[in-house]
Amino acid sequence: MAEVLVLAELNPAGDGVRKTTLEALTAARALGEPSAVVLGAPGTAASVRNQLAEYGAATVYVAEAPEVDEYLVAPKAEVLAQLVQEKSPAAVVIPSSPEGKEIAGRLAIKTNSGFLTDVTEIAADGTATQVAFAGATIVHSKVTTGTPIYTLRGNSVTPEPAPAAGTEQPVAVSLSDQAKQVRVVERVVEQKSTRPELTEAAIVVSGGRGVASAENFSIIEALADSLGAAVGASRAAVDSGFYPHTFQVGQTGKTVSPQLYIAVGISGAIQHRAGMQTSKTIVAINKDPEAPIFELADFGVVGDLNTVVPAATEQITARKG
Amino acid sequence: MNIVVLVKQVPDSGSERKLDPADNTVARASADNVINEMDEYAIEEALLVRDREGGEVTVLTVGPDSATDAIRKALSMGADKAVHVSDPAIHGSCAVQTSAVIAAALSQLEYDLVLCGAEATDAQLSVMPALLAERLGIPQLSGARKLTVEGGTAKVERQTDGGYWALEAPLPAIVSTWDTINEPRYPSFKGIMAAKKKPVETKTLADLGIDPSTVGLASATSQVLDFAGRPPKGEGVKVPDEGDGAQKLVEYLASQKIV
Repeated sequence: MAEVLVLAELNPAGDGVRKTTLEALTAARALGEPSAVVLGAPGTAASVRNQLAEYGAATVYVAEAPEVDEYLVAPKAEVLAQLVQEKSPAAVVIPSSPEGKEIAGRLAIKTNSGFLTDVTEIAADGTATQVAFAGATIVHSKVTTGTPIYTLRGNSVTPEPAPAAGTEQPVAVSLSDQAKQVRVVERVVEQKSTRPELTEAAIVVSGGRGVASAENFSIIEALADSLGAAVGASRAAVDSGFYPHTFQVGQTGKTVSPQLYIAVGISGAIQHRAGMQTSKTIVAINKDPEAPIFELADFGVVGDLNTVVPAATEQITARKG
Repeated sequence: MNIVVLVKQVPDSGSERKLDPADNTVARASADNVINEMDEYAIEEALLVRDREGGEVTVLTVGPDSATDAIRKALSMGADKAVHVSDPAIHGSCAVQTSAVIAAALSQLEYDLVLCGAEATDAQLSVMPALLAERLGIPQLSGARKLTVEGGTAKVERQTDGGYWALEAPLPAIVSTWDTINEPRYPSFKGIMAAKKKPVETKTLADLGIDPSTVGLASATSQVLDFAGRPPKGEGVKVPDEGDGAQKLVEYLASQKIV
């Protein structure tokens, strides 16, 4: 069976791989037998090997060197290109983070290949599905040059275990000077959150201009916490200073595709739809019955968010008792 | 300090955007075309760096003849001159091919710093700095929310989930900017008038020494096979809150097995 390389994306906190990695391993199985690639500082692979094996990695290539993390993107692309040259895989699948997309792009140039970003599905013949233009258009594409490289959008595929050997195979890391140009001096976490990461969350509760103030975002956070959800914000809310930019959903912000998206006080401008239109179920709460968000909503409440949201939070909490 | 800003003209993300069924490329002719919003932040940052360090800001765009509108916008904000690469053979190029064209155009310019927006609102790949850095062998400092340039070194705060990474690299380098980095200026009347007299050099693939058969739809590294509009959602339920809105909402969530 053809080998498919899957780049493992690790949790920044150091506890295992991100869910997107398990999704990528699952999607890669359509194309062949996945092998995981772990790139990082020495000691990285030990804690994630079992998880990768459980989700189908027959082989786990381990390329560990301090330089891999000390410099931005380029080292990872270089090691991956070396593996592609040695193993001639049928394809490469990478989780679709900003770094993942940049690695994919550099790898494409290095290996004279084509690449497709933010794919939501990969078929056995290599055809990928992508969502374009604010979610309004669904596109099928194929790489026609070299080794197909895909970046898989988070939450598009349900991770399914498929136990495999997960045999570790060390890979020697020897980086060119060109790969060591951009030093990562420091990684700074400014907002420590106990909530799930926005693009990985099964449920997202977002607030818009209608929330009316930064203080009032506490009612959005309370609803989110009652559901174990991530908190998002529309651009209008971010531009008004109600909530930090990191949490912006939509064009120029994050694209999310959760099981449930609750839009509170968000009118539903096309730029916001761009970031949430592919959510499985959409619920809207807005006082304006004509708000375009209701066109997308599976369930909508026309009313004052200041009464509806806290009451809903209370009832959900009571149910969970 | 010579700065080149990459600018892309895109269909307005606030209007209806389509693919052209004739060849599955972005329907640019029928679209309401504007400068990519994120590029305005890159232009502003270029002007700020120039005004501190001296030097010139050159706008570089690859696109059809109509992309001159985007160039004029950049020049009216204060950029000094522009290079417009326009050649019918480029139509339908993939990102890999487009990066070869931009890299060739950059190689004919003198630059210490290349700036661009962190994403284009049409294709949303966010990969051009990586592709160009790879081709030109220069450092990639992408996704900046803050940039400082001093003594031949660029320092960037790369925006991440919940924080940033502090990056450092020698010049020349390519930096892409998010909309958190600054507040772009509006072109003044004087700026708009002055832009009309600023030099815009047009280049073809031949001027860049690129074989036309290596770019364009026919030799793209990926192809769009087909596309379709998202199937319309079934009519949703909309209830007015008559004191029982929250209850109905929670009942709906329960019916979906969410709570």
